[in-house]
Amino acid sequence: MATTEVERRRGQLAALSIAAVVIIVGVPLWWRTTETYRAWLPVSQIKELAKLQLQLSADVEVVFARGTVTPEQQKKVPLTLSQDEEHIVDEKTALWYRYETRYRTATIMEEDALNQPTAAEADLSLHTLSESPCGSLVVYVIPESSPLLLQDVNVYIGQRRTAFLRVGTQMRVGRTLEQLLAHLEPQLKQVLQLMSFSHADITAALSDRVRLIPGNKGGIADSMRAFKSSPGYEITFSLLNPDPKSHRVHWDIEGAVQTYIQPLLTKLAPVANFSIDSQTLYYAMLGVNPRFDSSRSAYTLNVDSLAHVINPVEARLGSNAASSNPVLNFLLYIPDAHHSPLYIHDHKKQEVPSNAFHSPRWGGIMVYNVNGFYGSEVVYPVDININMAKVMGVFLAQLRLLLGVQSSSPPPGFLVAPCSSTGLADWELDRLMWSRSVENVATATTTITSLAQLLDQISNIVINDNIAQQVSSAVTSLQLAVAELEAGNLGFALQYSKEAILASERAFFDPSLLHLLYFPDDQKFAIYIPIFLPMCVPILLSLLKILSEARQKHREKHAKKE
Amino acid sequence: CSVLLIKMKQRIRRKDVTVENFLRVLTGRLPPSTPRSKRLLSDDRSNILIYLTGHGGNGFLKFQDSEEISNVELADAFEQMWQKRRYNELLFIIDTCQGASMYERFYSPNLMALASSQVGEDSLSHQPDLAIGVHLMDRYTFYLLEFLEDIHPASKTNMNDLFKVCPKSQCVSTPGHRTNLFLRDPGSVLITDFFGSVRKVEITMETINFTDHVKQLQKETYSYVDQLPVSEIIHQKPKQKDWHPPDGFILGLWTLILLVFFKTYGIKHLKHIF
Repeated sequence: MATTEVERRRGQLAALSIAAVVIIVGVPLWWRTTETYRAWLPVSQIKELAKLQLQLSADVEVVFARGTVTPEQQKKVPLTLSQDEEHIVDEKTALWYRYETRYRTATIMEEDALNQPTAAEADLSLHTLSESPCGSLVVYVIPESSPLLLQDVNVYIGQRRTAFLRVGTQMRVGRTLEQLLAHLEPQLKQVLQLMSFSHADITAALSDRVRLIPGNKGGIADSMRAFKSSPGYEITFSLLNPDPKSHRVHWDIEGAVQTYIQPLLTKLAPVANFSIDSQTLYYAMLGVNPRFDSSRSAYTLNVDSLAHVINPVEARLGSNAASSNPVLNFLLYIPDAHHSPLYIHDHKKQEVPSNAFHSPRWGGIMVYNVNGFYGSEVVYPVDININMAKVMGVFLAQLRLLLGVQSSSPPPGFLVAPCSSTGLADWELDRLMWSRSVENVATATTTITSLAQLLDQISNIVINDNIAQQVSSAVTSLQLAVAELEAGNLGFALQYSKEAILASERAFFDPSLLHLLYFPDDQKFAIYIPIFLPMCVPILLSLLKILSEARQKHREKHAKKE
Repeated sequence: CSVLLIKMKQRIRRKDVTVENFLRVLTGRLPPSTPRSKRLLSDDRSNILIYLTGHGGNGFLKFQDSEEISNVELADAFEQMWQKRRYNELLFIIDTCQGASMYERFYSPNLMALASSQVGEDSLSHQPDLAIGVHLMDRYTFYLLEFLEDIHPASKTNMNDLFKVCPKSQCVSTPGHRTNLFLRDPGSVLITDFFGSVRKVEITMETINFTDHVKQLQKETYSYVDQLPVSEIIHQKPKQKDWHPPDGFILGLWTLILLVFFKTYGIKHLKHIF
């Protein structure tokens, strides 16, 4: 009948149009709405950064004082030489050290300065003449007869960026400049390694990239002790008074911090920001019982029991809730009247002169005995004023160690000037800046490469625009930092490396990057089948019916033709 | 003294214990406003102990009756911690049914795992309290605690002794462990590396000599801001709350009621209202 034919045609058209809508409109719509937004990341540049080739350049000036070079040798000076050293740390990290050495003779003003009676005064007057920029060194070669250095001292390392190197007399007779330079070479190299960067320091700074082989124990201990590089640190000074009934303790912490600690922190401003607070805790005991030593009539704490002191005390110390910067805690413990005096003994049962100990990456504790300040016939509580100079001397030394200012023992024949009033020599700051720059660059590159790898592996994580922007800025800062290190601009290199670290950490730890969209395959099927199957089955069946009818018609037509 | 009686501050409340928060704490992806006490501030020298207990099955652990965490998510979280050097060594202890399935998928180095039962086994609870009517503790946890109470901070017991805790005769299920990802030999790993609060210390040998010349700072005197006298505070009248027109919902509800009324009974009843 005509109507059934029309009906059938209508039915076929309906099925075909539904199938068309589903395929042309529905499938792309489903694809777009279920795909995760992933902003573009500079993956190729990140892959380039994965292979780190760092070049560190240091400028050295070697100044020959009068009496160290013969006139023939003097003709060839001034002279500039550069030396390159390559170290391959592992298959992805290579280090190049470049030393640009300029040799020249001393000016008249410098000769005058070198005529001072002691090395320290000579250092000071040389400093007033000219100031070396960050990351460079000046080595003055002085003759054997010079009174500046003592008999057995060959090298004097000053408080700023100068060193005095004594050359032997027999070198003057008939030697060419090349032989003189070759003679100076080993000692010059030692000076360079002490005052700028040494391979051991730099590989320790790379510990984020390169897993240290557990052979070099000394290097590992140093790298474990210092805090990891961070843009800011919090320093907390705590006074622990377990016996307020006997001792009323007063400490001028504000003045002491201003006088002793603040100069060091101001000098370290390019490296990190510091915030300082202080507190007093009453009735806070150390968690270990000291032993009474009758031979010295004092209480002693053995170094082994010190390991259990920190955790119970730490629970009582507060911390700044707002920031997540690492905290350095310095505790001053006044022993109670019944357990005074209290001394710390080392492994050899000897008293420790500083009466203090420190814990790597945590802080330091000093025990301050006050029983000597009052007799036995007093009215309790006794007023006690703490000698902040002594206390801060210990805390400052611990602070230096914890921040990574290495106190490696100098080679034999070297004399290192004692700390200046700030507590940090200029060359120590340079060393810290070198190792911090390298550490920042290494950490930022590992963070960025592992983030890129992670985002590549887990295709379900959403990458927002702000993350892509942080990653791009981190990559740019890293490239700039590496370039500045190559050029020898230490200050800029450190600044760019700090920016790189901040951006990469912000990108890696962004709260939106949580991998919450993990669905095992059977769960995916369980979700989609109840939705799509009831919809697709009628469409498919009707399509099949249309197809079979069309084929049948085609066959009939063929049969009719023949 | 018992090693486990360290003061545990309950910093994370029950409603915060979700899979998302757990993964966020582990990987460090917390919003910037999160305080220090709710963060895991670990670095590459930290040893971490993770203890999980509850109901679980093959490859998952139940959280708060409505969520579950799978072993793949846990393994990925640990890998992200490793990439960012957030742990030195990690000890993972789990006391649930089929607990061994949770550590099957780990692939990051320096992980050691202990579970109370193998795949296909159930972990059973210890003794019931007849007064309350519930079981108080799981068997594995009970014997583990019993073992740990004998450890003091200077003890030299190692991990191989921990693996022997709660054999099949006591636990009914077979405890399992996994050490193939751990770099050190388990026999050389002390229990106090994870459980004791032992810190490395060094004696301070150097000091800096300062001569006592503290500058006398101007002492600022601090005082409180002028406050309202107490009597005024107590007798203050309560603030008049501003009148707001009724909420849209209430309006809509009453409109509906009126409409239904007039539809049912006809418009002529309107005169009874107005």
